[in-house]
Amino acid sequence: MDYRHKTIKELKQDLIDEKTTSEELFKEANELAHKYQDEYNSFVTIIDKYKKRAKNDSMINGIPYAIKDNFSTSNILTTASSNILKDYIPVYDATVYKKLKINGGVLVGKTTLDELAMGGTGTTAHTGVVKNPWDKKRLIGGSSAGSASAVSLGIVPFSIGSDTGDSIRKPASFGGIVGFKPTYGRISRYGLFAFASSLDHVGCFTRNVEDAAIVTDILKGHDPLDMTTLKDEDIKYSEHLDDDIKGKKLFYIKEICNIEGYEDENIKKTFKEFYKLVDKLKEEGFIVEEVSFDENLLNAIYPTYMTISCAEATSNNANLTGIQFGPRPKGDSIDEIMFNARTEGFSELIKRRFILGSYILQKENQDKLFLNACRIRRLIVDKMNELFKEYDGLILPASGSFAPTFDASSERLNPKATVLENHMAIANFGGFPSITLPMYYNNNLPVGINLTGKVRDDKTVLNMAKKIEDIVNLKNKVAGDENV
Amino acid sequence: MYKVVIGLEVHCELETKSKNFSSAPNTFTRTPNINVATVDLGLPGILPVVNKEACRKALKTAMALHCENPDEVVFDRKNYFYPDLPKGYQITQVTKPMGRNGYLDVLVNGEKKRILIHQLHLEEDTASLEHNSNFSLIDYNRSGIPLIEIVTEPCIESAEVAVRFLEELRDVFLFCEVSEAKSNYGQMRCDVNISLMKENDKQLGTKVEMKNINAFNSVKAAIEYEIKRQSELLDKGEKIIQETRRIDEDGKTYSMREKVDAVDYKYFIEPNLPKVPLSKKYLDEIRKEIPMLKLERFELYQEKYGLSEYDAGVLSADKKISDYFNEVVENSNDTNLALNFVSTSVLSTLNKLDITIDEFLVKPKSIAELVNRVHDKKISLDHGKKILYQAIKEEKDPIDLIKEQHLEQINDEDKLLEIIKNVMDNNKEQVRQYVEDGNTFVYNFFVGQVMKTTNRQANPNISLELIKQELERRKQNDKK
Repeated sequence: MDYRHKTIKELKQDLIDEKTTSEELFKEANELAHKYQDEYNSFVTIIDKYKKRAKNDSMINGIPYAIKDNFSTSNILTTASSNILKDYIPVYDATVYKKLKINGGVLVGKTTLDELAMGGTGTTAHTGVVKNPWDKKRLIGGSSAGSASAVSLGIVPFSIGSDTGDSIRKPASFGGIVGFKPTYGRISRYGLFAFASSLDHVGCFTRNVEDAAIVTDILKGHDPLDMTTLKDEDIKYSEHLDDDIKGKKLFYIKEICNIEGYEDENIKKTFKEFYKLVDKLKEEGFIVEEVSFDENLLNAIYPTYMTISCAEATSNNANLTGIQFGPRPKGDSIDEIMFNARTEGFSELIKRRFILGSYILQKENQDKLFLNACRIRRLIVDKMNELFKEYDGLILPASGSFAPTFDASSERLNPKATVLENHMAIANFGGFPSITLPMYYNNNLPVGINLTGKVRDDKTVLNMAKKIEDIVNLKNKVAGDENV
Repeated sequence: MYKVVIGLEVHCELETKSKNFSSAPNTFTRTPNINVATVDLGLPGILPVVNKEACRKALKTAMALHCENPDEVVFDRKNYFYPDLPKGYQITQVTKPMGRNGYLDVLVNGEKKRILIHQLHLEEDTASLEHNSNFSLIDYNRSGIPLIEIVTEPCIESAEVAVRFLEELRDVFLFCEVSEAKSNYGQMRCDVNISLMKENDKQLGTKVEMKNINAFNSVKAAIEYEIKRQSELLDKGEKIIQETRRIDEDGKTYSMREKVDAVDYKYFIEPNLPKVPLSKKYLDEIRKEIPMLKLERFELYQEKYGLSEYDAGVLSADKKISDYFNEVVENSNDTNLALNFVSTSVLSTLNKLDITIDEFLVKPKSIAELVNRVHDKKISLDHGKKILYQAIKEEKDPIDLIKEQHLEQINDEDKLLEIIKNVMDNNKEQVRQYVEDGNTFVYNFFVGQVMKTTNRQANPNISLELIKQELERRKQNDKK
């Protein structure tokens, strides 16, 4: 059977019709996982034994999935792709994992990430780089690199990731798949290894918008173990995907979408495709308008993100000392043991972020750096909320172009490109629901479109995304397919 | 002579069912590492869930200490590395503590002193460490227990005042029922900051800190030792080093570490705990629950009830006894009698049986009822006391006993006179002794007989008067 191209709904129907069994699906996923592991490195741990599951009529019952290796899974190695946790086996389940288990999802593996979820390339895991299924010379993006590549390769129909700056939505763009992070608090973070608590979101990867809605319907809900979760709401997003979108208002940011501002031909091409899409959206009943956004605020997105995330990360990862868990190196004093554990356990990149975070939080710097970043964050969010009074969503390319090669020099020198590559952090600043889905293929390499909506209005975001997906018509693609 | 300036930082564990940010039980146990949840171990991915009861109790204590309360509950992180701190940060309050700018009045040798409270905040306790020769053990039972820290202004001038403050503060905890505040369980601990300055100096001297002192007499010893040590150094013209010292069992203090600069804890607001607004209604509800504190009761007993300083002291020392006494007084018509019953009968029984007032089965309303019956002369004081002892012994309600035993006092003069006449008719010799010899010793004989006949129900005072009258009447009749 054609397992790799099937949606959750189709697999579910096959199970009901007894055309296949859950064990058969698992075996297929397991074989694919092993087949692609050496080449793409999607997984830190591949589960080889099929485990009997609770049977119920959940949409994901019996369906294989993968989860990022920074979710606590009891009795299953969870490394966060860092040496400091390379042997850590948790004793408790993340709320998300527990929900997936209760619903009868079948875990295929724990996926590779940028070390401790810090990074956007998928190249910093302690087990090596994750490669882009569309072109092995290219990166898939991160930090949820393995979760993206596993779905892109068709190993699993869905996977779970986490998103602090754009860690789901950027790799989704480079992988030609759907990546969705709902409103902050819609899905519990209990058991997600914290990177930057005020920015961290749980979300999912799928190959179509409907599957993203189905998975989110299962994961969402108030959790008494996470005080930042929202109250339950009595709707299913998957039942509102075909609601009428006529009159829905979208905006894009003028300062980002000015083609003349970019040199790169591929970026220019992306914007040409973007404007084509805008025209089609208008034809289909959307109202799409150009809005001007303070360029100073736009330029501040990346430094603001780095400042806040490094500060919170420094504190969040202070539990990694080798005292409670993890490898404990020798040392003559307690201080020396902790010092050695962290020196040996973290890569240089992580240490750099911790030093930055520590510097940012120091008494003499805190107001100028940390609190100012918090103020800028507030200004950006206020501006967005003001716009969301009039508009239902912000639409922008998820990245300027397709995934870069591993040796590509950073485009950071061009401030415009920096804004273009980092604007999705806006959704983390405000906790806005945000989704990336395929927009077009440039030379057989995918580029995504991103849609961000009002806080708590996940339903409308998914509803509009479904419509965009219908218009673009690039769903359910699996890497390696011909003629995309 | 130097002017001594002391500031205290007092930690007190709150009494709650579960810990401050996890569902692990908050109970004292000597078995290590059994009251532990994943959150208390700081495992990757854990999130804190705030204990509402701990917040309520912290706010209540802040109110009892006359502090201003914040408009919302906010927690901060205090970041530092230490093996007793599993998360690598402690959740505490810096931005908006539960209380600010309060005070507590304490009596020192009969003089009222006001100790200013800088702030009160809610935080979590650390794990406890046990150091051995070449290894250390960690017990996470204490990790995450709700802890309030009360910081005074540097306004305490002596060891005596410091200890009096600690005693009064402990009573605030006990009266407000927020903690058992047992220092031998480490539930109440204290850091002492002390500096010396010349009488006319405007600037405070160099501060020395002494950490984690449990017993109040150790606080006293440590302060006295430090005053002596620092005075001697200053006398010699030497400088005081800013440092942290510990106190040993010998009552002397020893240097632990020099403090070159204050540690930077890199505080920032805890992002995992949403800010919770405090409504006026909620705060008012808590305020209503704050009982009258010890000093107020002590003063009230003397001023309103006219109790001696000694009696007022005894009755206000323990909240439950004081509450018991108050209920007796509120329901009785005679404060003196109420005091008499509570301070002699009730308290002595507690001592004798070695029980607490909670275990004392006779309810205050029953005592009040007894008091009222004695006051209204329905029963004698003598009977009242005896009934109370019987009630305690047999675990019965004293009013039921009175009814059962027909012990209501006979105050009816006609009824008494009839009894007296009967007694006299049966004891002609004693009547004769009075009539013929004028022997007044027979008064007591007849009172005794009347009491015996009435099973001690007769009012002895009325009886005596009636006996005197009846004997005199018989004497006059005899003369005729």
